Amino acid sequence: MKIYDGKYILVGLLVFGVLATFPIWFDHGKVVAPANPSLNTPVIDAMMSKHCILPKAQMITEHMKLLNVWRTEVVRYGKRVYVAPSGKKYEMSLETECFRCHSNKAQFCDRCHNFAGLDKATDPYCFSCHVVPSEKKPGAGKVAMVHKESK
Amino acid sequence: MGIKFSLAAVVGLILAAFIGVSGGGLSHFFGVTMPYLAILLFLGGVVYRVLKWGRAPVPFRIPTTGGQEKSLPWIKHAKFDNPSTKGQTVVRMALEVFLFRSLFRNTKFELEKGHRLFYQWEKWLWLAGLVFHYCFLVILLRHLRFFTEPVPGFVQGIERLDGLLQVGLPGIYITDGLFMLAVTYLIIRRLIIPQVRYISLPQDYFPLFLLFAIGTTGILTRYFFKVDLIKVKTMVMGLISFHPVVPAGIGAIFFVHFFLVCTLFAYFPFSKLMHAGGIFMSPTRNLPNDNRIRRHVNPWNYPVKVHSYAEYEDHFREKMVEVGLPVDKELEPAPKATADS
Repeated sequence: MKIYDGKYILVGLLVFGVLATFPIWFDHGKVVAPANPSLNTPVIDAMMSKHCILPKAQMITEHMKLLNVWRTEVVRYGKRVYVAPSGKKYEMSLETECFRCHSNKAQFCDRCHNFAGLDKATDPYCFSCHVVPSEKKPGAGKVAMVHKESK
Repeated sequence: MGIKFSLAAVVGLILAAFIGVSGGGLSHFFGVTMPYLAILLFLGGVVYRVLKWGRAPVPFRIPTTGGQEKSLPWIKHAKFDNPSTKGQTVVRMALEVFLFRSLFRNTKFELEKGHRLFYQWEKWLWLAGLVFHYCFLVILLRHLRFFTEPVPGFVQGIERLDGLLQVGLPGIYITDGLFMLAVTYLIIRRLIIPQVRYISLPQDYFPLFLLFAIGTTGILTRYFFKVDLIKVKTMVMGLISFHPVVPAGIGAIFFVHFFLVCTLFAYFPFSKLMHAGGIFMSPTRNLPNDNRIRRHVNPWNYPVKVHSYAEYEDHFREKMVEVGLPVDKELEPAPKATADS
């Protein structure tokens, strides 16, 4: 069957095909490593029963909401104590509470954030104000260094 | 009738995915089989439709245009509304594709006081349409972060611009809100304008309801019933690399969203949504109005054997001269020498 103005149509279809299959040829041949965040920090390793503020599944999906609530509570209302559903009390502070255990930003926060395609520099924007833990704590910094060297 | 049918269809799709995944353990079907099927139907369907359109002959130009065609030098030519060359046509197409120029000219007309016909400008449809399409484009590109590893910079750039407001966490995207507003406007417009409602069929309501549901489930997935994105991306990357895996523990709300999007892709080529390809093949848009400049031959013309007057005279010249009939070209008396040239 004759295709009228075939050259334009075929070029158009070709462009469409290339654009529509973009992820397939863009990702082709690349080995995608799983995100695999590391929970091995000295503090967590020393914990008898390993638990976070909320159950793990909830922390994975809701940590950003929790942090946002914390920020509002602290910055706007000056409230600093968070009572978890388990009854335990926590100080609402990223640097002294979260980073006390998760002192490995590069192996913990960044792994998933990078995998999910968040922009390192600006998203999440926690670290445009907060100090990255490895810079603050010499002990945690050493751990991070060892990890990097062993790669 | 059309509304109820379309609404029931969309609700049915939502329930099918929700019940299938949360109760029936069909996450492999909804997570692997459906997307592959949908993308095959989408790519194959689009190619099929475009080639089918391409087989329709376009015998002549259709100058249904809103501007002055190229005429005498002292008459101002509307270059982009009534193009006469390929370049001008490309500009017209670009205006059409990127800015919906014909829709911009939309007017509403109605009888006022029963006997006077009023034409008024009506830009809301154009505005909502433009907002809808651009938001959809941004949302589509933003989703590439689940489909690529490493994520290309332009995707993150779009995301940063879209999340400019930095309200809440996860941050609100401007396009999410605009998209829902625009779709809602398009639905309401169809429902409350009597003339539009009269000509609306199930296939007009269905895509709108489907898009509304896709937007809603997407927003729910991002902001409310959150799912584990790492698992979602693992699944999507598995699909793309043709090693599908469905990690356990992804919320049913994600599968509802995913299934609705699959439906949209599968439905796309066989519906009015195919205007995405059709706009490039609209004869009233993509042909320069050069009817009077070039000769256009009808491609299905039967090859008629003609005998023109010149040929007729060639044939009968001697006899015509003999009986004294006037001829255009006199009989050549004798072969001339060609020395003077």
